[in-house]
Amino acid sequence: MRHGRYPFIVGFLAAPVILYVVFVISPYVQAFYIALTNWKGISANPQFVGLENFSRLLDDEVFWAAVRHHGLLLLVMPLVTIVIALFFSFLLNLSGGQRGGQMTGIWGSKVYRVIFFMPQVLAVAIVGVLFQTIYRPDETGVINGLLGKVGIDPVGWLIEPDLALWAIMGVVVWQAVGFYVVLFSAGMSSIPKDVFEAAALDGAGRFTLFFKITLPLLWDTMQVAWVYLGIAAFDCFALVQVLSVDRGGPDNSTTVLPLEIWRTAFNFSKFGYASAMGVALFFMTITFAALTLRVTRRERIEF
Amino acid sequence: MSNSAGTPGDITRRQMLRRIGLTALVAGPGAGLLTACATGGGSAPAATTSAAPSSGGAVSAANPFGVAADAPLEVVIFKGGLGDSYATEVHEPLYKKAFPKATVKHVATQQIAQTLQPRFAGGDVPDMIANSGTDLMDNGALQQEGQLLELTELWDAPSIDDPNKKVRDMVAPGTVESGLIAGKPYLMNYVFSAYGLWYDSALFEKNGWTPPKTFEEFKAFCEKAKAAGVVPFAYAGKNASYYAYWMILISAAKIEGNQLLIDIDNLADGVWKRDSVKQAAAAWAEIGKYMDKSFEGLIHTDVQTRQNQGKIALYPSGSWLENEQKSQTPKEFKYALTPTPSVTAADKMPFEAIRAAAGEAYIVPAKAKNPKGGLEYLRIMLSKEGARGFTEKSGNITVVTGAADGLDLTPGNASLSAAQTAAGSNIVTFSSFENWYKEFETELRKQTNALMFGRISADEFCDKMQKAADKTKADSSITKQNRTV
Repeated sequence: MRHGRYPFIVGFLAAPVILYVVFVISPYVQAFYIALTNWKGISANPQFVGLENFSRLLDDEVFWAAVRHHGLLLLVMPLVTIVIALFFSFLLNLSGGQRGGQMTGIWGSKVYRVIFFMPQVLAVAIVGVLFQTIYRPDETGVINGLLGKVGIDPVGWLIEPDLALWAIMGVVVWQAVGFYVVLFSAGMSSIPKDVFEAAALDGAGRFTLFFKITLPLLWDTMQVAWVYLGIAAFDCFALVQVLSVDRGGPDNSTTVLPLEIWRTAFNFSKFGYASAMGVALFFMTITFAALTLRVTRRERIEF
Repeated sequence: MSNSAGTPGDITRRQMLRRIGLTALVAGPGAGLLTACATGGGSAPAATTSAAPSSGGAVSAANPFGVAADAPLEVVIFKGGLGDSYATEVHEPLYKKAFPKATVKHVATQQIAQTLQPRFAGGDVPDMIANSGTDLMDNGALQQEGQLLELTELWDAPSIDDPNKKVRDMVAPGTVESGLIAGKPYLMNYVFSAYGLWYDSALFEKNGWTPPKTFEEFKAFCEKAKAAGVVPFAYAGKNASYYAYWMILISAAKIEGNQLLIDIDNLADGVWKRDSVKQAAAAWAEIGKYMDKSFEGLIHTDVQTRQNQGKIALYPSGSWLENEQKSQTPKEFKYALTPTPSVTAADKMPFEAIRAAAGEAYIVPAKAKNPKGGLEYLRIMLSKEGARGFTEKSGNITVVTGAADGLDLTPGNASLSAAQTAAGSNIVTFSSFENWYKEFETELRKQTNALMFGRISADEFCDKMQKAADKTKADSSITKQNRTV
C-alpha cells in the first residue's frame, strides 16, 4: 500500500507547484531583476543600472507622497473597519439577550447580515463608479444633493486636497466592513455558549460581555483581520484610479504606490523604475505583516 | 456594434502562451530563462518576424513599397472621439480593393497601451496603429527602442491621386515636421485640428454677446455671462486639464512667438520663467476664478454636455469637439470657434492667430510582419478618397489638402474654416513634449489644475514647471529630443 504513495502525492502536487512558481514566484524574481535595469517595457535589451532606480526613489516627491498616504491608510483604515465591524457583529450575534439559553442578535439580524455583506459582492470598479455619483462635487452628487436640501453648500469630496484621501478611505471602509462582520460573526459563534451563559448569570451586562469575554476570545480572528486590512491599505489602486482627480490628484493628495507603479510603467514606459517601486512596496508589505504578527502575538486561550 | 474589441481576450493561444512567458518555459526551463522571460520574449519571436509568409511583392508604380499581395494586414485603431468606422468602412475596404488576396484584421480598442505593450514586449506587433487616447503608447520610448518604422519612404512615395507628386506635397505644411522624432519622420499625424474656445453662436446671438478679443474684454464678458446665469468659461479638471494648458501655451506663444513653444519642447533653460509664460498663466488664472470649484471633479463629457445645455459660454478644446458631442447637441445649438484673446497690446501674433496642427499619430511598427502593407495603408489614408471618407465618417478634417472641398460643412467646421482663413499665416505651432516627455506632461496637468482652481499663483506655476523641465533635462534615463521647426 505504502508503495507508490509518493509518486501519487508528487503527481498531484506538481501541477499546483509549477503553477505557483510560474505565476507567483517567477514574477517576483523578475520584478527584482527588472528593478535593477532601465527596461522600457518595449524591447528586449534592458541595461543593468544597479541600484540607480532605488537612489532615484529617495528624492521622488510623488513616491513619498504615496508612502505617506499608505501610512495614513494603515493607521486609520484597519482600525475604523475593525471597530465598526466588531460593533455590528456584536449587535448581530450577541446583543439581543437570551432566548432559550442562547445568545441572540438584535431583531432582524439575518437581514442586516445580508445587507452588510452586499458591498463586498460588488466589484471594486462598480463601487468606484457608484461613488463617483455619490461624491460628485456639485449639487448633482448624491451627498451634496441631500446637503443642498438642508441648505449646506456642496462639499468637494474628491477635489479638496485635504479631504480627498479621507473620502476615498470612506469607500474602502464601506466596502470592507461587511466581510469583517461575517468573519467576526463566525468567530463569535465559535465561542462556547456556556461562557456567555455563566457570565450572564453572574450579572454581566452587554459591555462586560463584549470587553471581558468576546474581545479576548476573538483575538486570533482580529489579528487575521488586521493583517488582511493592512495589506489592503497597501493597495487601493482601483478606487484611487477611478475616483481621484487626474489619477492621484488634486496635487498628488490621493496617490498610492500601485497607481504610481502603473503610471510609471504604462504611461512613462519606465518599467525598471516602476519595478523598483514595486520592490519597495513588497518590502513594506512584508515588514508590516511580520511586525503585526509579532506585536500582536499572545498566548492562545484554549476552550 | 460590429467592432471587434481589442481586449486582451482577443488573442490566440500562441500569443497567450508567449505573453505569460510560457514559451520560454516550454522551450526549456533553465535558471536564467525564468528570470529573463518577461524581457527576453522579444528575441525568439524576432525570428518569426523575418520569416513572414511572403517577403514582398514586385515594386511598381501602383505598388511603390512592393507589398506582397497576399500578406495579411493587422490594423489597430483607437476607438475614441473619431470612432472606427473610418477604418472599417473606408480605409480597410480601399486596401482590400488594392490587394484582394490580402486579409485585413481590424482591432478596435480604447486602451492602446494596455492592449499593445505586451505585444511589443513579446515581438508580436500589428502592422498599423492609431496611437491615440489617454492611454496611448509613448512614441518617444517606442522610437528609442527601435520599434517605429521611419516614414521617409512614405512621404517620398508617389501619391495615389497624382503619381507625379510625392505624398509629402499633398499634405498641409508642417505635417511631416510634426511627426519628427530625433529629426526623422516616425509619426503620420493625420487629423488637422484647430484649437480655441468653442461657443454656441445661437446663444451668443440671443444674448447679444460677442466673443472677447482681449483679456480685458474677456473679464468684462465673464461678468456679463455670470450675471446672465451662465458660467463664462469651464473645463473638466478630472481628466482634461490639458485642454486648459493648451490655452495657456497658445496665449504665451501669441505673446512671444512660436519660438517659445519650440524652446519649451527643447527644455530650454528658464523657458517657463519667461515673461510670456508668466503673463499667459496669470491671465488664464484670472479667468479660472469664474469657474465653479466643482469642475475640477468632472470629466470632459460632463462639462461639454453642460455647454450643450446652455450653462457654459466658452469651452477650450480642439476641432473634434463638435463631432464628439453630436449625440448630445440640441438642434438649435451651433458650434463656433473663437481664437484665444490677446493678452497684451504688444502680442507678437494678432488675435486671429490660432493653433492649427496635424495631430492623431498613426504609426507602423518596425518589427511588424507586414510593414510594407502598413506603409501602403498609410498611403491610402493620405489619398483624396481616403481622406474624404475619413472626414465623412469622423467629422474631422485631415491633413490632405483640398480633400474636404465640396463636402457639406457642419456649423463648427464652417466656423473653423473661417477662422483659418482669418488667421492666414498666423498659425501657432504644435507642441511635441506631449509625445516626447509623458512624465513632464503629467506634471503640467497637475500644475494646470492647481493654477486654474486657485491653489497656486502664476509665479508658483512657472517655478514648478521650470523645476519639472530641469528635472526632465537632467534625467539621464530620458532620451532628449530636439526640434528646430
